[in-house]
Amino acid sequence: MSNDATLHSHQQELTHGAVAHDDHGNGHEHHHEDSFISKYVFSMDHKMIAKQFLITGIIWAIIGAGFSVIFRLQLAFPDTAFPWLETILGHWAKGGRITPEAYYALVTMHGTILVFFVLTAGLSGTFSNLLIPLQVGARDMASPFMNMLSYWFFFLASMVMMASLFVQTGPASGGWTAYPPLSALGDASIGSRIGMDLWLTSMALFVVSQLLGGLNYISTILNMRTKGMSMTRMPLPIWSFFFTAVLGVLSFPVLLSGFILLLFDRHAGTSFYLSELFVAGKALSNEGGSAILYQHLFWFLGHPEVYIIILPAMGMVSEVLAVNSRKPIFGYLAMVGSLFAIAILAFLVWAHHMFVTGLNPFLGAFFVLLTLLIAVPSAIKVFNWITTIWKGNIRFTPGALFSIGFVSTFISGGLTGIWLGNSSIDIHLHDTYFVIAHFHIVMGVSAFFGMFAGIYHWFPKMYSRYMNNTLGYIHFWITLVGAYCIFWPMHYEGMAGMPRRYYDYSSWESFKQFVELNKFISIVVVAVFATQLLFVFNFFYSIFKGRKLTTTNPWNATTLEWTTPIHPGHGNWPGEIPEVHRWPYDYSKDGKDFIPQTVPVSPDESKH
Amino acid sequence: MQAMSVQRKKIHPHKYSLWIAMGSISMMFIGFTSAYVVKRAQANWLAFELPHIFWISTAVILVSSGTIQMAVKQFKERNMRRYKQLITITALLGVVFAACQCFGFAQMSNHGLPLSGPVSASFIYVIVGVHMLHVLGGVVALLIMFARAYRTRVRVYSPVPIEVASLYWHFVDALWIYLLIFLSIAR
Ligand code: HEM
Ligand SMILES: [Cu+2]
Repeated sequence: MSNDATLHSHQQELTHGAVAHDDHGNGHEHHHEDSFISKYVFSMDHKMIAKQFLITGIIWAIIGAGFSVIFRLQLAFPDTAFPWLETILGHWAKGGRITPEAYYALVTMHGTILVFFVLTAGLSGTFSNLLIPLQVGARDMASPFMNMLSYWFFFLASMVMMASLFVQTGPASGGWTAYPPLSALGDASIGSRIGMDLWLTSMALFVVSQLLGGLNYISTILNMRTKGMSMTRMPLPIWSFFFTAVLGVLSFPVLLSGFILLLFDRHAGTSFYLSELFVAGKALSNEGGSAILYQHLFWFLGHPEVYIIILPAMGMVSEVLAVNSRKPIFGYLAMVGSLFAIAILAFLVWAHHMFVTGLNPFLGAFFVLLTLLIAVPSAIKVFNWITTIWKGNIRFTPGALFSIGFVSTFISGGLTGIWLGNSSIDIHLHDTYFVIAHFHIVMGVSAFFGMFAGIYHWFPKMYSRYMNNTLGYIHFWITLVGAYCIFWPMHYEGMAGMPRRYYDYSSWESFKQFVELNKFISIVVVAVFATQLLFVFNFFYSIFKGRKLTTTNPWNATTLEWTTPIHPGHGNWPGEIPEVHRWPYDYSKDGKDFIPQTVPVSPDESKH
Repeated sequence: MQAMSVQRKKIHPHKYSLWIAMGSISMMFIGFTSAYVVKRAQANWLAFELPHIFWISTAVILVSSGTIQMAVKQFKERNMRRYKQLITITALLGVVFAACQCFGFAQMSNHGLPLSGPVSASFIYVIVGVHMLHVLGGVVALLIMFARAYRTRVRVYSPVPIEVASLYWHFVDALWIYLLIFLSIAR
């Protein structure tokens, strides 16, 4: 048990005014070396847990994106054999062409991995852990132990999902949304067998991990802020992590209940989702179930989930933009208010994923209205980001570039959301490449940009070194241009009616026109993927060989994390936790470049 | 060390986390019961009466809420013997509750309503079953408290753990009342 964890229990006892014998035996010994295991493996230090989430996320990102490269090759060159595919995939790519089953498995795993393991756990897991205690001024999370459990549940979920890739019948392959009946009937496809069970097990573990993490984030933000850190003095990333955690804690359990019913349908002969089905010419006995019921339960999580992914990115981008344009964030309260509005609305729009399920059009109209309402807080945020950098003294660090890129892709992808939000248009566009284009730009690319911005910006805090800037610029420009080249053309394919999740379009007369376009997209995919590997190289190289940090506050930022030592120990501040006297965005004020949050307000200072 | 104690604290973080966890658990059951409502509105819904033993289990869990409340009081007055008795009784009542629920399941399946039967019955098994697991989780927590109370080397004076346990216990109790009312009305 590490010294600092005992600090915690000790402190709790102190606050209750009772004298306690220490639970852990060594609580009065102030500094003792952590063992390798307690420092790097079963660590309870939020900073180490953040790194664990990040590196696990990076590994998953390489796998998940690698899958997309493989299935994009199939889409671009449906008639070409790639013998190396057979080498790595074996019978899944007989003769160098992936089989339809492999294609569906790859698409499904790509979605699951990127949405849940990379952009949920890897993104908010990393930065909520790293930044919440550092920016609110706390020694650690409310419960460091639960925090550690949160990572290890994620790790278990990862292991189970990883194992599912290697079972003989393959991983789940009915899409990342796991709709029944494909997901409910073991005989429906080979991916519906053990792969599906492992998928459900893994996701259940994942939900537990998210709940443990979310509980901690919320109670840390509400309870553990340092003196002077009122809610309205919190940096915007903290607000975004807060709403993210609230969304997760309230919506993941609903997903879990949906999964529990699914498990019963799979293994206990119940008929929650199944009705009047024929498999291989045989009628099943299941009666009275409704597959749409699952969709309601899934999207009640599914829609908040997309905001769970994007809100942390929004928060970090706000921070990075303000710091690097040396200007206060424009409209702090409007930023918080719009995060709040998005969080509320996120629970009220799920049926926009179900316009074509036979949803009552009258009910659909309400969902159209509520969906379109989300555009309002989204637009407020975009406006505020632009006005924040407007006439700013911008430092184009890689973090700043990725933040600006985020704003760009969030606009492009958000606008197509307004198309899809109109049920009458969606009836045509649903399940086409238009939807793929929409959510990859607004969620996939934007969230990755937010994550990259966060990594470049806070890397010095994590590893006390900088990442290489030149590689960062190359990474940014190729990724930005590449992402648009990949996803922009998909809008046209979608408008022409090209459906998603098809194995081979070349046999359709109406989609033959896109053969060359698909080739173009796939080639760009390969280039962009290679560039991400460059980033991964930069990341790991810089951990060991990057330029060393010589100052505690490399970006001249105002927030508390930069008041910790270059190598912060467990507990973050060696002495007292600093007291906070002002909001976090006093940049270019009264002739000063920046005023840290810890500086008391002087009487002759102007009001912001 | 000193800096730690200046950190502001209004409500103990563990209790806080429990409140949030209760919100989370509630959402899970809201998920179940809304699925139930949606399904019920569709064709072929078979209505039936809940097993009568559920009323007995209700009485059991209500009494157990009382005993755990008394346990908190005894703990604060440091009557450790009474405290240990009371948490034992509470845990036992929790087990009796679970047994009653299982008995109810047996009754249902004897009356032609097995788990794989009509959806309305399947829902009862799943909802009541998942709730029962939450009660058993509380029993496990009480067993841990019990073991702690017997340790002689380390003495626990903080009332927070037992307060957290009792809050959770009242919560699963209230959750059951909600489910019972819901399932009786929305048949
Ligand atoms: C102005 C805001 C937005 C509106 C009005 C909107 C609307 C929609 C609609 C109506 C669909 C369903 C399309 C269909 O399946 O036919 C959709 C799909 C989707 N949206 Fe958005 N959206 C918005 C922003 C976002 C954001 C910010 C994200 C994520 C960060 C996001 C992620 C997704 C995802 C992942 C899907 C597809 C899920 C799937 O079917 O696999 N959207 N959006
Ligand atoms: Cu949505």
